Amino acid sequence: MPGIKDKVAIIGMGCTKFGELWDKSAEALMVEAFIEAIEDAGIEPRDIQAAWQANQFTEINIGHAALPLANALKLPFIPVSRVENLCASGTEAFRAACYAVASGACDIALALGVEKIKDMGRSGLPRANEDIMAWGAMGKAIYPNWINPNPGMFAMMAMKYFERYGLSIDKGKEILAKISVKSHKNGALNPKAHLRKQVSVEECLKSPIIAFPLGLYDCCGVSDGAACAIVTRADKAKDFRKDPVYVKAIQIVADSGASLLYQGYDYTHVETTYRAAIAAYKEADITNPRAQINLMEVHDCFSITELVTYEDLMISERGKGWIDVEEGFFELDGKIPCQPDGGLKCFGHPIGASGLRMIYEIYKQLQGKAGPRQIKDPKLGLTHNLGGQPPRSVAAVTILGVEGV
Amino acid sequence: MGVGITSYGVYIPRYRLERKKIQEAIGWASPYFIPGEKAVANYDEDSVTMAHAASLLCTEGKKEVEVLYFASTTNPLGEGEAASIIMTALGLEPSVRTADFSNSLKAGTSALLSAFDAVKAGAKGALVCAADMRLGKPGSLLEMLFGDGGAAFRIGQEGVVAELKGHFSLSCDFPDYRRLWDDQFVKAAEERFIREEGYGKLIVQAIEGILKKYGLKAKDFAKVGYPCLNLGEYYRIAKQLGFESEQIQEPLLTQIGETGCASPLMILAWMLENAKVGENVLIVSYGNGSEALWFEVKEGIESHRGKVKRMFERSRPLLNYNKYLAFRKLLPIELELLGDIPSSQPPLLWRERKAILGLWGSKCKRCGTPQYPPQRICVNPECNAIDEMEEYWFANRPARLFTFTVDNSAETLNPPMIYGFVDFEEGGRFVFEITDCEVEEVRIGMPLRMSLRRKYEDRQRGFVGYFWKAIPAF
Repeated sequence: MPGIKDKVAIIGMGCTKFGELWDKSAEALMVEAFIEAIEDAGIEPRDIQAAWQANQFTEINIGHAALPLANALKLPFIPVSRVENLCASGTEAFRAACYAVASGACDIALALGVEKIKDMGRSGLPRANEDIMAWGAMGKAIYPNWINPNPGMFAMMAMKYFERYGLSIDKGKEILAKISVKSHKNGALNPKAHLRKQVSVEECLKSPIIAFPLGLYDCCGVSDGAACAIVTRADKAKDFRKDPVYVKAIQIVADSGASLLYQGYDYTHVETTYRAAIAAYKEADITNPRAQINLMEVHDCFSITELVTYEDLMISERGKGWIDVEEGFFELDGKIPCQPDGGLKCFGHPIGASGLRMIYEIYKQLQGKAGPRQIKDPKLGLTHNLGGQPPRSVAAVTILGVEGV
Repeated sequence: MGVGITSYGVYIPRYRLERKKIQEAIGWASPYFIPGEKAVANYDEDSVTMAHAASLLCTEGKKEVEVLYFASTTNPLGEGEAASIIMTALGLEPSVRTADFSNSLKAGTSALLSAFDAVKAGAKGALVCAADMRLGKPGSLLEMLFGDGGAAFRIGQEGVVAELKGHFSLSCDFPDYRRLWDDQFVKAAEERFIREEGYGKLIVQAIEGILKKYGLKAKDFAKVGYPCLNLGEYYRIAKQLGFESEQIQEPLLTQIGETGCASPLMILAWMLENAKVGENVLIVSYGNGSEALWFEVKEGIESHRGKVKRMFERSRPLLNYNKYLAFRKLLPIELELLGDIPSSQPPLLWRERKAILGLWGSKCKRCGTPQYPPQRICVNPECNAIDEMEEYWFANRPARLFTFTVDNSAETLNPPMIYGFVDFEEGGRFVFEITDCEVEEVRIGMPLRMSLRRKYEDRQRGFVGYFWKAIPAF
């Protein structure tokens, strides 16, 4: 069966603090994440044989192509490429590096994601224009709120989820609040997180509405930051460290257009996540994810996204994710802790870096180096990195594990 | 049978501003008060969209439209033709002959008479639409009196419901209402002068002219109507000409306001709405002279009943005067980056004109799935047929709201923006803004219809971006 299970291992990772980093440039962030990673791997920059740079908002003080990465790190005349798949860009770069190693094209590869959104000088994500929006000028011509569509496009999933599963708006919002409260609790334990304040369900519920029914605390932070991974062939990984983390699966799925334009889509789940999960479990030989996965970092750009992701990943049954939330299943001390590092919600969301930040947390947790938020003896961790919006998305699912699982 | 009206449509914007609210807000600066309310175009409407909306109500058998005329004194385009925008947005073929009539308050009847001429000269059918949304200065009597709205008529020889039996035109440069091309506000001459020398003479002369031309008497007409900003003068003129009270058409002034060159057309539609077969009606326009048109009502008129009534039924109050000022951009309001619209791409707008302006999608000939925007490869995952599409017009298809949000973070002059996924009942789904809709009334499953609206204004390129939004069905 095709796949790269146990062919590639992570030997070093780095991640900057995420946040409103007014005093740091994209170059500074890339260098900071890179230094942590090469020190962690015990290698020199010249050992890197190929690199991939992930970022979405190239125009916000990063620049086109992969030269920003090659130049900032002074990579010595090696192949360096930029990849972009909306918010899933980080995992896309990681996949490219893993495939390069798995194919035998090189032995050591680097994936680095970075974003410098806060240089924009206003809140939210960069506003769409024909240069940076998904649909180009056609989007401006026909899309409602083409300038800033994300909160609304996810809010519509909450409306549909509540309706389908008979949750009143109040009850639904309370469930969503509990998801955010959990992430804030975890984020408060994480020195690298953007938002480190605990919040209560009541505070979440009375926060201003952004796009009904989603309020401020249903939305993730928007941040600057960088994260990177160094991967090598699994059979050589132990030459670098005693506790490498093995890649069990990486799958990325793009929507065919059916979720946007075809009435078959129910808007209470994200089809690409579901399909990527099926493929990843197959690649990793996982037959019962609820029993086998020990922790997760999912793409909680909005609280509702996290809720439907529990179900799309087949951790929770369809329509019952909210019951797992109520029962504390995803808390740090629950059965499958989700967002132990605070998630996008609190760790922050520098778009291109987020996929690699998720992998960073799983990597540290599997090595037992997650400090006060360490989960007891995890073997398998999952990341879920979603780009776009429920009806028009690309989803990445990565499964990482310790040796031999 | 002669040439006549074969169908009509009327459009009255949803919002009504009580004149009392105007007085409460700015009465301190103005001695004027008149009772009633005025129809106010939504922030995303203009004369093009209102004329289009009226036209959309009479698109049956639209293949017969060979001529399309648009009339307005408030055409939002300086250079550029509104009629061809409306033509594209009605899904008509480019072989239609189009023209804009403008500047005069009688432009509506001028367009109508020109369309009759075209059909008499051999055109199979014509569509005439008119709309206006004139501005009076804040606090002025004109502001109180003006209202927004539009009307459309189909002209043809088959299926005539009101035959044009005669007409009489009078043209002159009477200096009553004037506006220079770069001014926003209409200026009026002294009210008494307009009343006595304008309405009191020109309308009277036009009506006397048509009666004399065809040897008719006032009693030959079931109804007579004309625009007039002074209600006392309105009734006095009719009485002077020998019309009895029941013959005088109730004016739209109190409920809608004076709708410029669309006014006589809207009054005519209202007359037809209540007319009986065999009756004669007389509609007269006013402005740069006056034009009188005599129609005889024919069989089939009954099938159009209710078109005007439905428009009245969908009205909602506009809660305050400031909102009206903001809609008309008379009051700058703080909205982040609202003016910062990146420049548009003319080649794209041209290439995709049928999808954008016309709301044309495609329908898969293999599986029957309608899809918007038009696709080459079928979006149905069970089908995915390649290049088996036929064109499909979504604009007049009934639809329902599948899911929605009320988005406070979206930039609009009428926040919050409501938008959602719209499921067309015969298939097809896309995401549209919901306009003319209150937050309290929006719900999953609500029936919707499509409406052409202003989406953005690109001052850099000098044009208005029109697109479709969904509105509550009526």
